[in-house]
Amino acid sequence: MPADLGTKLVSMRFGNEDAKTLAGYEKAGGYATLRKGLAMRPEDITAEVKTSNLRGRGGAGFATGVKWGFVPKDAKTVHLVVNADESEPGTCKDRELMYWDPHLLIEGMILSAHALKAVHNYIYIRGEMMREYLVLQHAVEEAYARGYLGKNVVGTGIECHITVHRGAGAYICGEETALLNSLEGLRGQPRLKPPFPAVKGLFGDPTIVNNVETIMNVPFIIDKGGAWYAGLGTGRSGGTHLLCVSGHVEKPGVFEVPMTMTFRQLIDEVCGGVWKGRKVKAVIPGGVSMPPLDDSELDVPIEFDALQNDERIKPVMVRPGQQFDLGGGRPLRTMAGSGGVVVLDDQCDIPKAVWRIMKFFAHESCGQCTPCREGTGWLEKVSRRVADGNGKPDDIELLSSIAHGIAGNTICALGDAAAWPMLGFITKFRGDFEAKLKKARAA
Amino acid sequence: MSLEFSADATKKIAALCERYPTKQPVVMAALHLGQKEFGQLSDDVLRLVARTLDLPYAHVYGVATFYTMYRREPSGVQTIRMCTNISCMLRGGYDVLAAFEQKLGVSVKTGGTTTNKQFTLIEEECIAACANAPCAVVGTKYYLDITPDQVGRIIAELEAQPHPESEVV
Repeated sequence: MPADLGTKLVSMRFGNEDAKTLAGYEKAGGYATLRKGLAMRPEDITAEVKTSNLRGRGGAGFATGVKWGFVPKDAKTVHLVVNADESEPGTCKDRELMYWDPHLLIEGMILSAHALKAVHNYIYIRGEMMREYLVLQHAVEEAYARGYLGKNVVGTGIECHITVHRGAGAYICGEETALLNSLEGLRGQPRLKPPFPAVKGLFGDPTIVNNVETIMNVPFIIDKGGAWYAGLGTGRSGGTHLLCVSGHVEKPGVFEVPMTMTFRQLIDEVCGGVWKGRKVKAVIPGGVSMPPLDDSELDVPIEFDALQNDERIKPVMVRPGQQFDLGGGRPLRTMAGSGGVVVLDDQCDIPKAVWRIMKFFAHESCGQCTPCREGTGWLEKVSRRVADGNGKPDDIELLSSIAHGIAGNTICALGDAAAWPMLGFITKFRGDFEAKLKKARAA
Repeated sequence: MSLEFSADATKKIAALCERYPTKQPVVMAALHLGQKEFGQLSDDVLRLVARTLDLPYAHVYGVATFYTMYRREPSGVQTIRMCTNISCMLRGGYDVLAAFEQKLGVSVKTGGTTTNKQFTLIEEECIAACANAPCAVVGTKYYLDITPDQVGRIIAELEAQPHPESEVV
């Protein structure tokens, strides 16, 4: 039986060609919330967003309203930067969102910028997204012509500008401080934190960097209230969840679902089950940076806190008998990440899939920190020889040791993003790696 | 040889300089424009960008060599960016890449540019169309749910209706 997918927010205009234009968006009720929001005091908007339990949809799942609250009260110049550098493998929602509903992003940005008292704001869009760049650029021009952007937004006296800034190919620019460096015209290498961008970000000014989907939720929160939005979700995660399902399912797609939906429901009821009548072997829950789940862990809801804390998800191990320590003895289970759910079936060659993930990180490491620059290269080389059946007897231990040597020892999270899935796959699918090594010995 | 931007590019760069507190952030857009107008980012083009934005040559060189879309070498008129990352790999992305290599008579490992300089084939990292894997993007045109037997038709379609990346700049 198909699951009841419930309320649709950010994906409600998917497939509606008309809504991409300003006229079509207005006809569908767009920009109606803008006047209401601009009449509110900035701190009241932030308060609603705090109440809403909206959490960042780019990967970390940090509470958006709390993040906004980090901007110093006496800040003179503040910027809002939208991170549209979507490139986490398995993630394909922001591109769809910008393509179908560019004005929802602009409306969300104007409201958010008002809350932050930000005047000069930017959308950093990934260089390869050329079609979406044109759609966004056109929408921004329409919004200026109509008076939604400019020195006097719809006659309120509020000034708000948006500039669309094109990247040029670099996964690392999805990391917020690398993004800021790129936006400043530098090589896209991450900055040390602190200071955090909310205190010292773009051009040295307090800056809030939010994901596309995060900002697109703001108009709904202002329209219907933070409490309503929080009520759609569960616990500390408000709203709905936009998931991108790819890999070995019958019906891949981008689906907006309730926060309470489990992986098993998502795969069986929304995506028509595993393809070719097969069974699940592994599920990557939120982009390839996140440790995988095995078939016994799929009854957990796809929700930020559950994925981190639910004890049905086995902790990632550094080696048998030693848990990976996130700090203070806290175990690493997994995270909701970017919403990119990748399903691997029971005939999948796990070491080969892991090699492809490691190849990606080796390619994308910015080269700034030695553990990541050298370590991702070694993870790629060693995982490749294991996958090819040429592994050496100690390669599982070697891969674990390299990954553990990277994690936590780099400026940004790209190092962890390579190490966590490496350790996670070895923890849960060690037998698959051992079988490859056994085959190598026999050959 | 001293190069110059076209009047159109000069206007675009000047307009962009208004959007930032300094000229430095415009370097990325100026490099995109330079690549469009001169085909590749030769040392002379980097010097032109540096001169236009009052930046040291070394700074422009550093930026131009960091991002993968900037090309220091000549390439085909159209760039076929074929994804082979996890979601595409799981549904046959490498078979589609091999079909592109075979039909175009190129290898991505040796540059991927056809002898007639019409196409450059690139093994791209995730292009955010995972729900329709395997997928490729050529300028503003996406090809979704590709099977190897569709590759000949896709190339013919691109020959008839090109989607060069320079159109977007």
